[in-house]
Amino acid sequence: MSGNQKINIFPTRMALTLMKTKLKGAQTGHSLLKRKSEALTKRFRTIIQKIEDAKHKMSKIMQAASFSLVEVAYIAGDINYQVQESVKSAQFRVRTKQENVSGVMLPAFECYTEGANAFELTGLGRGGQQIQKCKETYVKAVETLVELASLQTAFVILDEVIKLTNRRVNAIEHIIIPRIDNTIKYIISELDEQDREEFFRLKKVQGKKKRDQQIAEKDRAGESGEISQYAQPADVLETNDDSDIIF
Amino acid sequence: MNAISTYKDRNFIAVIGDEDSVTGLLLAGVGHVDGANKNFLVVDSKTPLSKIEETFIEFTKRKDIAIILINQHIAEYIRQLVDDYDQAFPTILEIPSKDHPYDPEKDSVLKRVQHLFGE
Repeated sequence: MSGNQKINIFPTRMALTLMKTKLKGAQTGHSLLKRKSEALTKRFRTIIQKIEDAKHKMSKIMQAASFSLVEVAYIAGDINYQVQESVKSAQFRVRTKQENVSGVMLPAFECYTEGANAFELTGLGRGGQQIQKCKETYVKAVETLVELASLQTAFVILDEVIKLTNRRVNAIEHIIIPRIDNTIKYIISELDEQDREEFFRLKKVQGKKKRDQQIAEKDRAGESGEISQYAQPADVLETNDDSDIIF
Repeated sequence: MNAISTYKDRNFIAVIGDEDSVTGLLLAGVGHVDGANKNFLVVDSKTPLSKIEETFIEFTKRKDIAIILINQHIAEYIRQLVDDYDQAFPTILEIPSKDHPYDPEKDSVLKRVQHLFGE
């Protein structure tokens, strides 16, 4: 498994310190990312709640808008073609604002009107009032739609970011931290092994030194033994059986 | 930041819908005609599917559109395209039409919401 790998590093004390710092960093990063993901998820849930509410609101308001259009059709006749052909420049536009949620830029649409009403003369003959009313209803409807759209955009972006953050959290938790842990264990065991080897080596050296010393002592002892025979002058009185000296 | 430039100039709301929905939304002032480029498409029973697909793809690729409004029953025709679309900009919003009531079950975003909560 990839989680059981270790970082390819030479087992030294310095590498151990380095790994320990890395582990600490990974743990801090993990807890920070986890908190970020939780904050985003919280936000995400409120947005989902809002989206559901807004969708229901939207279906109601669109119904009202359609109804007002039917009213217009009843009074002013079919204006579809007239409206579609007189479109020139958008009066109702949106611009984007940004909102920062734990480091994530969430866009929010904001509507504004630009230029003059293109349909001022529509329904001049009859039903002008209805048409203006219908227009107002639709403007309100579009405002709701814009609100919903910004919620939806936030939803898509947050979804993406949450996935990304969770992936990172999991990667740190299940890959990076175990790997560093393994490396630390490996370095510690290698260092211990080195320690034992060193100890053994010292023992060996000591043993050898001792042996050398003993040999040296023995040698010296032998020498001194020989010397001691000659050291004392021969007792002439005690030893009578001197061999005769023949000249 | 790159993301800012991608939605700074997005000002318009595009519409793909039946005649009444489009008229209503145009009446609210969302329509914008620039030469041959319209930001709305009227779909009736005679509109070929390829035309809807083409327009949808064109709208999603345009750099000045922030929101695409599409009637839910038309979104049904190109459901695969709508469901596969996962960009943040432009946002796709399924709206109800006069003849087809809104069904939250079919909405691509609500489907994702439900999928996320495992319902």
